[in-house]
Parts: sequence; C-alpha cells; structure tokens
Amino acid sequence: MSNALTKNKISLLKDNASSFLFIVPAVMIFSVFYIYPFYDIFKLSLHEWNGIDLQKHFVGFENFVELMSDNEWWGSLWHAGFITLVALTFQNLLAFALAFACDRELKMKNFYRVVFFIPPVLSEVVVGLIWTWILYSGTQYGEHIGLLNYFLDKIHLQHLINNWLSNPKTALPCIAIVHSWKGFGWGFIMFLAGLQTIDRQLYEAAKVDGAGKWGMLKNITLPMMIPVICVVVILTILGSMQAFLLIISMMGNGLADYTSVPVTKIIDAMIGSKRFGYACAQGVSFGVILIMISFSFKIIADKLKKI
Amino acid sequence: METNKYRMLQFLGSVVIHSFLIVSALSCLFPLFWMFRSSLMSLDTIFTDKSFIPSVINFGNYATAWIDGGFGVYLLNSVLYTVVVVTGIVIISSLAAFAFSRLEFPGKNFFFIMFLVAMMIPLPGSFVPLYVLMTKLGLVNTRIGYILCMINVGLSMSILLLKTFFDKMSSDLEDAARIDGCSKLRIWWHVGLPLAKPAIAVIIIFNSLNVWNEYILAQLLLNENNLMPLQVGLMRFQGAHSVDYPVLMAGLTIAVVPIVFVYLVMHKHSFNGLTSGATVG
Repeated sequence: MSNALTKNKISLLKDNASSFLFIVPAVMIFSVFYIYPFYDIFKLSLHEWNGIDLQKHFVGFENFVELMSDNEWWGSLWHAGFITLVALTFQNLLAFALAFACDRELKMKNFYRVVFFIPPVLSEVVVGLIWTWILYSGTQYGEHIGLLNYFLDKIHLQHLINNWLSNPKTALPCIAIVHSWKGFGWGFIMFLAGLQTIDRQLYEAAKVDGAGKWGMLKNITLPMMIPVICVVVILTILGSMQAFLLIISMMGNGLADYTSVPVTKIIDAMIGSKRFGYACAQGVSFGVILIMISFSFKIIADKLKKI
Repeated sequence: METNKYRMLQFLGSVVIHSFLIVSALSCLFPLFWMFRSSLMSLDTIFTDKSFIPSVINFGNYATAWIDGGFGVYLLNSVLYTVVVVTGIVIISSLAAFAFSRLEFPGKNFFFIMFLVAMMIPLPGSFVPLYVLMTKLGLVNTRIGYILCMINVGLSMSILLLKTFFDKMSSDLEDAARIDGCSKLRIWWHVGLPLAKPAIAVIIIFNSLNVWNEYILAQLLLNENNLMPLQVGLMRFQGAHSVDYPVLMAGLTIAVVPIVFVYLVMHKHSFNGLTSGATVG
C-alpha cells in the first residue's frame, strides 16, 4: 500500500519536473537578460563608474541628488512631455477622426486600414531620415533643396520657409509632428476595432428617438469607447515619453539643448560622458516617473469607466 | 424640397469624409514615394530636380549602396537576426505558454506573474546594465549575444498572448492525444502549435517588426560592420556620407521593402490579433 503511494508520488514528481522543463528556457533567458539587469540598474545607480575600471565607487544616492538639480535632465523631460502632448492631442484626434470616418459601409475600408498602418511598420531610423530629407533646409543655385521649402516657395508662401530642423523653435515641433505621423496608425486600428464592436442597433434606436449625429457621437460612441480610449492613451503616453530614436535620426547631435529627451540623456551619460552610474540613476528615476503616470492615469480611467 | 437639401448635405458630407481619408492616405504614402524617387537620381540632379519622375533614371545607387555602402551585408544580417530571434521566440514562448496553460507544476503562478509584471514595468535605460552584463559574459560583438538579448525582449508579450490563446482552446484533441499515449512534448508539437497558428502569426509579425527595426542594442553591442543590421548601418552611412542622399535613399529603400512586403502578406492576421486584446476590456 505505502509502496504504491510512494510510487504514485514519484511519478507525480516526475510529471511535475517534466512539465517544469517546458518553462526552463524562458525562465533562464528571462533571469539572465531581464531580472539580473533589473537588479543591476539599481545597484549601478548608487555608484560612480566609467564602465571600464574594475573598481566601482559607491556614492549612495548622490547620483539622484545630482539629477534633481540637473536642468538639462528636467529640460529633456519637458521635451518628451511636449512630444507626448502633441501625440495625445493631434495624433489621437486624427486617429479617432479617421477611424470614425472609416466606421461605415465603405468600399475602401481595408485599403485605408492597410495604408494607415504603413508608417508604424517603418523603423524610426527610416522615418527620421526620409523626413530629414523632406525638411532639408538650404539652397542650390537659388532653388530650395528640401521638398517642403521648395513647395512653400512655389505656392508663394516664402515667409513660411524655415530651417526646420536647425531652428530651435521648430525642431521639436517638427519631431513631434513626424512622431505623430509615424504613430497615428496604431490608434487608428485600435479605435476602428473598438467602434466596430458597438452594436449597430444602438444607433438605429437613437435615430428613431430623433438623435442627431452629434448626439449619437456624444451619447453612444464616446461612452462605449472609453475602455479603448484608455488603452490608446496609456500606450501613447508610454510610447511617446520613451521615444528617442526618431530624435537621433533626425537631429544627430544637433540642438541637443532643445530636443534631448530622457532616453537620449541616458545614452549621452553612458557613451558620451562615460558615467554609467549616473545613466542608471536617470533610467531608474524615469522608470519611476512612467510608473507614476500610468498608475495615476489608471485611477482616473477606472473612475471614468464607472460613470 | 427638404429631401433634396438633405441629400445635398449628405453628399457634401461624404465628399468631405472621402477627401479627408484620401489626403491622409496620400500623406502616408508620399514620403515613401519621395524616398524611392530620390533613390533613382544622381548627385548632380537630386538637389535641383523636383519632378516626380526624374528625367534620368539611375539604378546605380542601388549597386553603390549594396556593395560600397555595405547594405548587402547589413540586409543579410537583419534577415538572419530576424529569422533566428523570431524562431527562438516562437519555440521558447510557446513551450512556456503551453505549460502555463495546460500543465501542472509547483510555482506555476509565481513564474507566470513574474512574466506578467515584467511586461507592466517600463525599464528605460535597461540597455546600460545589459551592456555591462554582455561585457562580463564576453558576448559583446557576437551574434549570439545580440540574438539572446532580442529573444528576451519579445518573450513576455509572446508568452502572455499565447497563454490567453491556449486558455480559450478546447482540450478535446489534447485529451485524445494523451489517451493515445502521446508525450507532453509531442502534444505541444502536434496539437498545441498547429492549433495556435493565428496567435503565432501575430507573434511572428510583431516580433519581426521589433527585431527588424531595433537600433539601440545593436548599436551598443555590435562594433564590426559585418555583424551590423540595417538600422545601425543606415545611421553609420548617414554619419559618414551626410550629403550622399541618392545612395542613402537607396539604402532606405532596401531597408523598407522587405518589412513592408512581410506586412502586406501577413496583415490580416496581425490586425485581428492585435485588436482582440484591446477590445476585450
């Protein structure tokens, strides 16, 4: 009897062990390439280290204290915030308007869906370099080289001609617009999917009750879309705050005072000034800021859903 | 009279809506067209000629980009990284997701929540400790080091997506296979994977995009030109020959065509998979 029981136990143990083996590759890669760096970023943030020396110099929270009074850092946060604000308003409104326009019996719906998602498929390097070429400022033989300035010249809007990416006033807005161009396809397909789950009968019923288009949008569409809007908003915030590659590909090292964002500051601290500890402190602080933003937004969103 | 006015308004409305959609669609396509057009020009004409179809068409830039610019090598590297990383992610994440969904073992919930939490916590600047780690392991400037890092990047999301899919699947086929004496591994391979095809298609397309477009880890971890993927190659080329726009545009076209092709072939799967997650809540 007891013999059979132990046998059972052993076979159960074997079964558990063989099941566990299924997750071993994932857990191993995850531990080495996620958990360890996660722990290490906190540890490094408490050190002053140039990335080469064997000896790391422990400095406690000095990196964080320095970061608090680092104006360039706060400036970079503001730049990322600006890009995010443009993405939240311009990009998402455009995405919603396009999705709303597509949410009807439209022959070309699939065509638009495919086309609007092409910019998100492209890399930020590619998008940045193409737009840099279009926004190119400079002339040869009296003709504007960049397409945008050339076009403005031809339609007699000379006063709008600008050194788009080398003018401190326009560089960041240009980046934000190109970022929105690259990103609105995401919002579009999510909004469209959300709109299509709304029961058509609701609209029919509202029509019978004499509701106008605006009334339907306000009283049916928007309330039904709140969950999707929340997802899109949070993804936009997290994505736009962390955008950096577009800036590298459009600006190189130019106008860093006007266009740096937290992630480019981290790269600068790491590669430029070889301060690995400071770079990690920036990463940790920025991560905390992002978690705080998403958390407070989650609270707001939950309240909205209850209404 | 009233109906006529109403029809007129409706017609105007639909004109506005269609123009809005068409202009937006053109704005998505035009920069790509301009890139391709510029890649066919020569340095003599590119700064002055603004015609949509250049008078002299010059495919030589592609040869220059391919050989002198090194884009042939970069393209092969990008293809290699994308194929290996995505294959790795599909195998490793489907094994794990299958176990999380269908098998029993102690610590199951703990490990699953671990992957879930990792996906929620943004970790900007994680490339710093990752670079330090790779230096310690001697994996800097190796293909395998970059590949392992990139597999990790896509792992959590893929496990979550596949687990949700496996959870919704009926277990009839699987039970039948088990009664027939199939091992768990064979059930995963012969029953689990084929049934999970739609979810796997989503994982393939999003991870392909992710790997193909990745820049910062490749830039930090790989120094040698013959190991570099396209995105890093493009930035290096631009840094070294900042005014050679025709060849740069040819390089960009080389980087764009494969991924847009993959996207056009697979887009049906990806939309349904992506949006199902967003609309559940």
